[in-house]
Amino acid sequence: MKVGASVTELVQQLLNGLSLGSIYALIALGYTMVYGILRLINFAHGEVFMVGAYVGLYVAQWFGIGGYEARGESFPLVYAVLILCAAMAAAALLGAAIELFAYRPVRSAQRLTPLITAIGVSLFLQNLAMLVFGPNPRAYPPIVRELRYEFGGIILTNIKLAIFGVALALTLGLHLMVQKTWTGRAMRAVSINLDAAKLMGIDTNRTIRQTFAIGSALAAAGGILFGLDQITITPQMGVLTGLKAFVAAVLGGIGNIPGAVLGGLLIGLAEQLTAGYLSPDYRDAITFVILIGILLLKPEGLLGVVKQEKV
Amino acid sequence: MTVWGRRAAIAIGALGVIYGLGFAAEATLIEYVQRIVLLAGINVILAVGLNLINGTTGQFSIGHAGFMAVGAYAAAFFGVKIAPLVHSVLGEGALANGVIFNLALVVGGVFAALAGLLVGAPSLRLKGDYLAVVTLGFGEIIRILFNNATFLGAATGYFGDDPTGLPAYTTFFWVYAWALAVVVAFANLTFSQTGRSLGAIREDEVAAEAMATPTTRLKVLAFTLSAAAAGVAGGLFAHMQAGIRPEDFRFEKSIDMIVMIIIGGLGSISGAVLGGIFVAVTLEVMRDLQEYRLVLYALLLISIMLLRPQGVFGTRELPSLLRRMVKR
Repeated sequence: MKVGASVTELVQQLLNGLSLGSIYALIALGYTMVYGILRLINFAHGEVFMVGAYVGLYVAQWFGIGGYEARGESFPLVYAVLILCAAMAAAALLGAAIELFAYRPVRSAQRLTPLITAIGVSLFLQNLAMLVFGPNPRAYPPIVRELRYEFGGIILTNIKLAIFGVALALTLGLHLMVQKTWTGRAMRAVSINLDAAKLMGIDTNRTIRQTFAIGSALAAAGGILFGLDQITITPQMGVLTGLKAFVAAVLGGIGNIPGAVLGGLLIGLAEQLTAGYLSPDYRDAITFVILIGILLLKPEGLLGVVKQEKV
Repeated sequence: MTVWGRRAAIAIGALGVIYGLGFAAEATLIEYVQRIVLLAGINVILAVGLNLINGTTGQFSIGHAGFMAVGAYAAAFFGVKIAPLVHSVLGEGALANGVIFNLALVVGGVFAALAGLLVGAPSLRLKGDYLAVVTLGFGEIIRILFNNATFLGAATGYFGDDPTGLPAYTTFFWVYAWALAVVVAFANLTFSQTGRSLGAIREDEVAAEAMATPTTRLKVLAFTLSAAAAGVAGGLFAHMQAGIRPEDFRFEKSIDMIVMIIIGGLGSISGAVLGGIFVAVTLEVMRDLQEYRLVLYALLLISIMLLRPQGVFGTRELPSLLRRMVKR
């Protein structure tokens, strides 16, 4: 019986870890795509994720979610899908705007300049959000009403299923886009060699803009799922979550799309298992232990390829 | 007079001047202004230290508040624990306090340097921007650890064993004596052969390596020294108030330091000195604008990067700039 209970608990922890990891994976995709193309750590990506979550909150309010709640009716699924689309679209615009106004002017500058600019943009968005959205945590509206299913002691909610479903669908969609469409082919070309891609007639500015927009849209989807999963959101939530997602991208091999997904799932699992079996105090610390470990042992990441650096 | 004799004379003279200025400051300035003056001196140490790695070597650390925290806690804890022993040998009084304080600051610096070595050694082996992320993560871990360290007061903070809190050792003289020592030491390092190698790493790491520069070792050295300076500054900061809390060393503190050196110019020591003073003063002026402070800082960072990415001074130093202005 004792063994049975601990197995149930382990399976439960693994499920929770995978759902958290799916969210990290969605955010990590944006980091890895931008890094793959520009060799830039887009520090503002975590803030795009946060803004996506807030856009979802405001659109849900605009659809009158409070009324549905008060009447005890369930919120229409169409609206939930529309909220997701609206947040993704808004974040895509924000990401493209950040690229246009902050990163493009410094793209050819020394290596440190874009990095400091990215830190500046991240700080700016975060503190602007504190002024606009208020500094206090906000309860996330129940866009999807929680239903619980129990299988032999393991609790699975429809929200967790939605997280798996949305994350899987978006990741597959991204994979197909990158592998099968002309836009995706252009992205791959730019990430191999920007100058050569330009010579081959690729509009590199457009491709970079599209990369930012797509990565940001994925982060916004992650933001809404995060809000549903964690119930509250704050203007600072992008900092730590964004960092963890970046670590996920590094763990999987930065610039590598399947690597980002693998890294995200592993970070989610590690975090959940640490919180469950060690101490919840160290759930945030484990990510950075993993980061330092991977940098020491396999700096190119699990699925990354070693690149020879040349002058 | 030998070279060393002359150097000793200059050092003693400089300390005398600092002592006199400190005496004058304490006699004439109100307490509020004195506090700003002390913070400015501490900022100078932080900025000159951070400039060595971020400016001169071109490896970006954005978690130096973590090293400052390590130094602050180590210095405060060590100072409190060693005090009875020193007092039993030297008695009470200024001499004993000076001995305790300086030992504590050295311990703070050493512990911060060890932390720097621990963080820097793995992440500096790599090229690219990994250091930025690792230091950011490290700053968070340090805060989590201090938040859970019960023997250091956990989240309420460390106030020593006395009910009155930590002893107020930090005076004008000690702050500026240490600031002078740090500036001189870091300037000597920057303009030595090692300093040239650090500059070569900033300009082109692969080329520097091809010229047989031991890039990893030098990067780790610069990072460790930079962390040590932050640790000393942390020790000075800790003894300015009754206690230190993990909250004092949040990410915003690291951003303050980055703003200091970017305003002054990445790679310029005199720029870092001026940037440190500038930030200490503007932080006080903007006290009423707390919530807008970081928005303004962020805009300042972005606009400097877009308009003048090398900072106000660039890598130039104040003396050479003055000389050029005189020549014109």
